[in-house]
Amino acid sequence: MARRLPTGGSRIDRSRPVTITVDGETVEAYAGDTLASALLAADRLLVSRGIYSGRPRGVIGVGVEESNAYVQVLDDGHVDRGGDQGGGGGEPMVAATTLEVADGLAVERIAGRGWLSTDVDHRRYDTLTTHCEVAVVGGGLAGLRAAVAAQAPGVRVLLLDDGPVLGGAAADLPAGSPAGLELEALLGELTCEVLVRTTVTGSHGHGRLVAVERGRRLHHVQAARIVLATGAQERPMVFEDDDRPGIMLACAAADYVSRYGVLPGERAVVWTAHDAGIHAALELAAAGTELAAVLDVRGSMAPELAGALDALGVPVHLGAEVTGTDGSDDETGRLVRVHTSAGSWDADLLAVSGGSNPAVQLFSHPGGRTRWSDEVAGFVPDTPAPGQAGRESVVGAAAGETATIPGWREQLTPPAAWFRSSVGDPERVFVDPHRDATLHDLRRAHAAGLSSVEHVKRFTTVGTGADQGRGFGVLTVGILAQELGRPVGEVGTTTYRPPYLPLSFGLLAGRNRGVLSDPVRVSQVHDRVAHAPMENVGQWKRPWFFPTADETGPGAMDAAVAREVAAVRTGVGMMDASTLGKILLQGADVGVLLDRVYTNLFSTLKVGKVRYGVMCGPDGMVIDDGTTARLSETAWLMSTTTGNAASVYDALEEWHQTEWPELDVTITSVTDQWSVVAVAGPSSRFVISALAPDLDVSAEAFAFMEWREAVVAGIPARVMRVSFSGELAFEVNVPSWWGAALWDAVAEAGEPWGITPYGTETMHVLRAEKGFPIVGQDTDGTVTPHDLGMSWAVSRKKPDFIGKRSLARDDAQRPDRRHLVGLVPVDGRTRIVEGAQLVAHGADLTAFPVAMAGHVTSAYPVGHDGQPFALALLDGGRDRLGEVLDAVDDLVPLAVRVTGPVSYDPEGARRDG
Amino acid sequence: MLRIPCPHCGERDETEFHYGGEAGVDYPADPSALADDAWAAYLFLRANPRGWFRERWFHGSGCRLWFALERHTVTDEIRSA
Amino acid sequence: MRISDRLPDHPDFLWADAEPRKSYDVVVIGGGGHGLATAYYLAAHHGITNVAVLEKGWLAGGNMARNTTIIRSNYLWDESAGIYEHSLKLWETLEDELDTQVLFSQRGVLNLAHNLADVREGKRRVNANQLNGLDAQWLSPEEIGKLVPILDVSDRPRHPVVGGTFQPRAGIAKHDYVAWGFARAAHALGVDIVQNCEVTGFQTSGDTVMAVETSRGTIGCGKVALAAAGHTAVLAGHLGVRLPLQSHPLQALVSELLEQVLDTVVMSNAVHVYVSQAHKGELVMGAGVDAHVGYGQRGSFHVIEEQMAAAVELFPIFGRAHVLRTWAGIVDVTPDASPIVGTLPFDNAFVNCGWGTGGFKATPGVGSVYADTVAHGRPHELAAPFALDRFTTGRLIDEHGAAAVAH
Repeated sequence: MARRLPTGGSRIDRSRPVTITVDGETVEAYAGDTLASALLAADRLLVSRGIYSGRPRGVIGVGVEESNAYVQVLDDGHVDRGGDQGGGGGEPMVAATTLEVADGLAVERIAGRGWLSTDVDHRRYDTLTTHCEVAVVGGGLAGLRAAVAAQAPGVRVLLLDDGPVLGGAAADLPAGSPAGLELEALLGELTCEVLVRTTVTGSHGHGRLVAVERGRRLHHVQAARIVLATGAQERPMVFEDDDRPGIMLACAAADYVSRYGVLPGERAVVWTAHDAGIHAALELAAAGTELAAVLDVRGSMAPELAGALDALGVPVHLGAEVTGTDGSDDETGRLVRVHTSAGSWDADLLAVSGGSNPAVQLFSHPGGRTRWSDEVAGFVPDTPAPGQAGRESVVGAAAGETATIPGWREQLTPPAAWFRSSVGDPERVFVDPHRDATLHDLRRAHAAGLSSVEHVKRFTTVGTGADQGRGFGVLTVGILAQELGRPVGEVGTTTYRPPYLPLSFGLLAGRNRGVLSDPVRVSQVHDRVAHAPMENVGQWKRPWFFPTADETGPGAMDAAVAREVAAVRTGVGMMDASTLGKILLQGADVGVLLDRVYTNLFSTLKVGKVRYGVMCGPDGMVIDDGTTARLSETAWLMSTTTGNAASVYDALEEWHQTEWPELDVTITSVTDQWSVVAVAGPSSRFVISALAPDLDVSAEAFAFMEWREAVVAGIPARVMRVSFSGELAFEVNVPSWWGAALWDAVAEAGEPWGITPYGTETMHVLRAEKGFPIVGQDTDGTVTPHDLGMSWAVSRKKPDFIGKRSLARDDAQRPDRRHLVGLVPVDGRTRIVEGAQLVAHGADLTAFPVAMAGHVTSAYPVGHDGQPFALALLDGGRDRLGEVLDAVDDLVPLAVRVTGPVSYDPEGARRDG
Repeated sequence: MLRIPCPHCGERDETEFHYGGEAGVDYPADPSALADDAWAAYLFLRANPRGWFRERWFHGSGCRLWFALERHTVTDEIRSA
Repeated sequence: MRISDRLPDHPDFLWADAEPRKSYDVVVIGGGGHGLATAYYLAAHHGITNVAVLEKGWLAGGNMARNTTIIRSNYLWDESAGIYEHSLKLWETLEDELDTQVLFSQRGVLNLAHNLADVREGKRRVNANQLNGLDAQWLSPEEIGKLVPILDVSDRPRHPVVGGTFQPRAGIAKHDYVAWGFARAAHALGVDIVQNCEVTGFQTSGDTVMAVETSRGTIGCGKVALAAAGHTAVLAGHLGVRLPLQSHPLQALVSELLEQVLDTVVMSNAVHVYVSQAHKGELVMGAGVDAHVGYGQRGSFHVIEEQMAAAVELFPIFGRAHVLRTWAGIVDVTPDASPIVGTLPFDNAFVNCGWGTGGFKATPGVGSVYADTVAHGRPHELAAPFALDRFTTGRLIDEHGAAAVAH
């Protein structure tokens, strides 16, 4: 620990040594060190290299303003802490100045570009939401004062600070100093909630702040009032060879002494544009650094400071500037000599301080405007974002106040707005070392005709590095102003965008990973069917097919589906239909509402009956379909497709509330309140009869499209005679918690008839043979009910329904619109592919473009006749039955014959069993 | 993050709401009486101002009621309508 | 420590700002990619060089500077494939055309399918693309796994990858190089580029637009061509024309520079991810479009959070990458997710807008088509289907499936 001072270091615990690894070499440190302080203490100055130039680079700053020292973390050492699973390795581009050391921390030095580790990140990230009356960002004196002033009974105040301890700059001052005493008093009074090591990374408007705690917890803070006490960041200066290890920000260099007990240099030249740099020089000198010279760009110096330097015998050069540096010949390239307009000195530290930048990023995020202040020599908050006015205030150094901290590097004479040296090779004057961008690059941009800061930023890439301009950003604006010969305020700052500090993808993902990344919905029957392969339908998991032990391998689905289809066509099958949307409509005017939202007439439906309906958008295109049962004079139960349940429910609510509030209707989603088992097939009557002995299931007593209340397997139920297969079928609706019991009872009662569970694929085959379209599969938002051949379901009598006017437009009346048709392969055996495009038979598939007449929407390998079949949308299709076309998939044609969409039982003879 | 003042539930995160676009676009009293261009205007033309905009929101994850408010489309300031 | 290669230098000279003159043969409103490309093609291909491009802010500072630079042409409908493929072909020769580098990288674009509905839609689109002469392929999860090894194609993700469409000729370019390339070439041909010049109104006489009123004075125009993306609705409003446009924030973000792990553009509509790794090594990702109308160039943070969850789900390796910067553009979206290109109800006014999330990839294509439309005073054949009157007739070009959130 070559540069560790024997005493001092407010943040380190010398009783807790820590061992870390840098490029495989062991480095000793103390708890409380950052990687940067540990490396400085170990006299390891080469921390990175220029991304393109390869030039050696060291640590410049002490915090988030760091522009150079970004490393690749191999292992963060935080194994098994805080419930983590460990494996916190492989994080790219972490600032050495904010990375706290821990035993086991291993890093690799990199040149401006990190890499992604392939080990799985097992770290746990949490997202927390906090509401408060006042959020104070920054726990320095200004922030503490604001927090203490805001504290009151019943007032939730949250104080957030990015450092490990509160106090900001005051924490680095002696306990007995005025600032130290005030800090002690404020901390004594502080009672509010405090989050340390928590950086507010974004101010997102409407009082929302986003903060990250130790890289692991993401806080959403909703605050009625926001106090920004974010302080200021020290600004560098640029000159030839300004990027060598050993060249640091002056106050940062002094902070390494006070916080970490590390002396950043044995012999230093200090160059400053404001008084803080001189204070820092005095602090370095007090710690043992020999000051070779102090240079101030200004023409005068406050007598107190001049006197203090004189007492130390330090030569002072006013109006002087650094003109270049020399580096060592070894690989570290560390600073060995400083050239200035006042002479040259050997030195291992060049401490520069070009002024301070109020940290206005959070003020800027929601749209706050800054202005250049000559008094501060920096951009200060001007007009808050309109949405923040009255909600947000900025205090302390962030507001450009210079006397926030009594006794701390305080302002005695105005700072100078100093940006660049006028001499030197512009290709070696680095204005953004992290992007290896130079003064030469800025000049090239200007010469190319660019004058906007945004253009120059893009031309040169300055400000786009890991520090996002926190270090050199304002400096670039100043240099550009000098190059353009315009005032800084006129050239303007760039707009700051969130996040203030980088946020890891994993942190933002939080717990929303794996099964939690999107809710999984399953029916109450799921346990009974969970062994089946599942199809994802929106958020639902639905059984796809039910393979037997013999049905394995690539042909498993085809075999299972053929068996399930046969069971329904010849015996009986059962399926969990619980996922279909169910909406209860109650009130005297439900019929009126349904007449408006469905294309066909509903108000005439009698209690005990069920009717199928098609729903269009105002544009006349089909958006959903389903059956609706009239439960009583004033209660109706609508079913929707599984995927559209929420959107139909919302649409009904919207029409009712916003257009027809006078209608007496109450709309309730009851999808999750009912479990539904469909029992389908010619033998289904026997199964239902066995389950519900009191229910007369004869075709005469219980007709198609009727519903009955019944006790089924001892469960109170509604039984509906609806069919999506063309076969005799019953849908048994029971309160949802009876779902599994019902399933078991149906399976048991059906056993004598060989009842067969079936999944969505079989359901699709069964309905496709009947030409029943599936909205969203056989439609795509461009299909009208007429296109589907459902003109029978479109009322001509009703004065209006949603979509009616659109169906009267010319384009909706074209005879060559795409119609739903059926297809069969001409060879009777080759499977048609869903998504195949339809072209003229024999069309030349090498002469592009090949005219397309439609596409295959649904296709199945086997129908009831053992042959493949499909549904398709085809231009003018209804007039083309019998025509032969080619269905082209991957440029391979298959001859298909156009048929009607109904390929099975077109007379509907089977629905009564 | 927009904070939407639901008149019934109070201010909530925008994630609880669905957006409904321009407010005050009434369904025509007699669509069949409209010419194609007037019907197209109802279907597709909505104000899209830079500035104050009266718009509809639906508190889908709360009271499930529709309401209108005025929001400034540049600054996101909200004032109730 | 591995040292990286620099990107190619920008040209030594790009363009010089012009003071607006009293009048121009054509005034193009909007100094984004489309406006600049239009001006360039007017000058280079139609001999119309007395042209001004008026930009209210800094050149190409709108969506051109804010998009994720994905270029592809694999749209579903013939009309869309027509104009986007025309554009893709122009991208393939653009460096020669402009005599500058635009870093067009044909690394292929992969659109993932996560369920059976995606598979149907994807195959339908691939087949339509192939029959339109486009290079489209359907890939199995295994093929996708080989193409993009860091993508989790196992059945672990909540919405597993079950296939995907791939267009090998698709890719990315570097937006500043493109915009500045057009600006440089247009300027060299005599086009005036006027920045910080906001259009505040128009002077009309009957069915003719006589002049454009701007923050820098009134500028006479022989013809006026709107090309202002999300701001076009406001401009058209000054002409008394209502356009079926809604302007929404669309967010994007970028990571730190990372060693190359992804050399294909990957998009997933279902889980709202599209990502590429740009030339310098940063991951560039787009999020979903915010639902509300907005011109603030700020989106909502929850959209980013949702997008990151989806990204990490598909690419577990991304978990430790960092979001370095986020931003938002303003996309102008039409009811059918297809653009509006053609004439306005004036003798000499033209409109090009409504590109939604598709604007960047269309830049050279629409520039050439729109310039032809303006030069000849009638829609170019590739533009004709995108006329404004389709919203009245109902003959829409519904690209919601292909456009969705996707770029």
